[in-house]
Amino acid sequence: MKKAISFITIAVIIFASLAGCGSSANAGTSTESATPPDPSALSGSISTNGSTSMEKVIASLIEAFTAENPGVTITYDATGSGSGITAASEGSADIGLSSRALKDSETGLDATVIALDGIAVIVNNANAVNDLTIEQIAGLFTGEIISWSEVGGADIPVALIGREAGSGTRDGFESIIGVADACIYDQELTSTGAVITAVTSNEYAIGYASLSAVSDKTKTLTVNGVMCTEDTVLNGTYAIQRPFIMVTNSGKEPSDAVKAFMEYALSSAATEIIANAGAVQAR
Amino acid sequence: MKNAVEKFMNGLFFICGIVTIIAVLTISIYMIISGLPAIKEIGVWEFITGQVWKSTAADPQFGILPFILTSVYGTLGAVLIGVPVGLMTAVFLSKLSGPKLSAAVNTAVELLAGIPSVVYGLIGMIILVPTIMKTFGLKNGTGLLAAIIVLSIMILPSIISVSRMALNSVPPEYEEASYALGATKIETIFKVSIPAAKSGIAAGIVLGIGRAIGEAMAVMMVAGNVANMPSLFKSVTFLTTAISKEMSYAAGLQRQALYSIALILFFFIMLINIILNVILKRRAGR
Repeated sequence: MKKAISFITIAVIIFASLAGCGSSANAGTSTESATPPDPSALSGSISTNGSTSMEKVIASLIEAFTAENPGVTITYDATGSGSGITAASEGSADIGLSSRALKDSETGLDATVIALDGIAVIVNNANAVNDLTIEQIAGLFTGEIISWSEVGGADIPVALIGREAGSGTRDGFESIIGVADACIYDQELTSTGAVITAVTSNEYAIGYASLSAVSDKTKTLTVNGVMCTEDTVLNGTYAIQRPFIMVTNSGKEPSDAVKAFMEYALSSAATEIIANAGAVQAR
Repeated sequence: MKNAVEKFMNGLFFICGIVTIIAVLTISIYMIISGLPAIKEIGVWEFITGQVWKSTAADPQFGILPFILTSVYGTLGAVLIGVPVGLMTAVFLSKLSGPKLSAAVNTAVELLAGIPSVVYGLIGMIILVPTIMKTFGLKNGTGLLAAIIVLSIMILPSIISVSRMALNSVPPEYEEASYALGATKIETIFKVSIPAAKSGIAAGIVLGIGRAIGEAMAVMMVAGNVANMPSLFKSVTFLTTAISKEMSYAAGLQRQALYSIALILFFFIMLINIILNVILKRRAGR
């Protein structure tokens, strides 16, 4: 019996830590500010709803904006681009967040591109390959191409390094390449840093990471002949990119707080904040 | 006055005892309440025996058999390597080595116990995984083998220290009687000391299993985290890492399914404890 109790205790310790993970993840989706110290300052509340991929960018923007405007309360529900656009058109959210362009069927909405998300394709520095087409990348990640020699490299196998299910980078990469849910990964890692480390230490590896995170530790491939840089992402020549959009209902005049928040997202003050969150501010 | 202090301290001890029980109950109830909805929605059988886990696909599938088998195989593998090494070390420390060497080995064991799991993971990721890759000529070194090796080292300290205590508390008369009958030192260790200490040794093994099956961080860094069926050289996902890798982004049914995995893991640990307790009691009764 004594042993039973001691092992229940062990179980409890293990699960206490798991439960801790769960609740902290719960708490990260909304940001609230303190009561305004200055009544003349901007005040009000903004509800945002949408893309989980934009979580980092939006959370950083909210943090910085509410620090400057303590009278404004901004909430963020991470639901998905589709739900965010619906919420904006139905009016249940002030700003819908979408990490894809609006479809033709989605009318009555104003879209403001606040940032562009460029995803770099990286290989080990020892890899001889310099350029891949979108089709070749799709072939590699679905397991149709199993040797680097098929795309102009040495005759060595390919190790696919990706992100975990639910990651915005994975979602973006797979949907742009057209291989959603079809990738056969050799490793699924939980952070951009871990992907870069894995690619650095494995000469067979290919992976993907946000543009802002890549360094000379790995080799960044050109895609269809275009290098992934801020400039090529901004002028649209680099293929693996997607817009981060704030969607508002065009039939409804946005409040001052909403206008100010969207202006802030496009201002030069937000450039670095957006870059730190892994995207390129739209200019 | 003295009586009041007595009463107060009694109450204090009682409250401290209750805290543990409340914690266990709260966690158990919370696990069951938050874990059951997804199991109900997916179906117990499909959930436990499904071989495909695609939680974010357009047509999501929630089968956790790969995680269950990986956790079972990973723990068994760690026990297979860790128990012989740990037990022999305990025997060496308790019966064979001199005091100076014993102190040195003991310090090393204590240090090993104090190393945080993320450090095990980091070293596994930077040294072990590339070594496995080169040794076996693989394109990717993460997988069950790397996880087993890391886990077997991680469970050594609990096996060694608990087994050593059990061996130390074997009454010296037993061993002296064995020597008097003409048995050698090694014969005495295997036929007298270890059998006499078996319940303590088993307790050490259970502690080790508990640590191995519950470990997430170190495993996540070396196992590769792909939801494959277990294979030594393929990336695998354990029950623990299945939860921790997806928790930060999960929503809706996916999130509930993660709680269900935690519930399964919880039952696993309970099951292991019950089985081992039954075995120990049966042996003690003989």
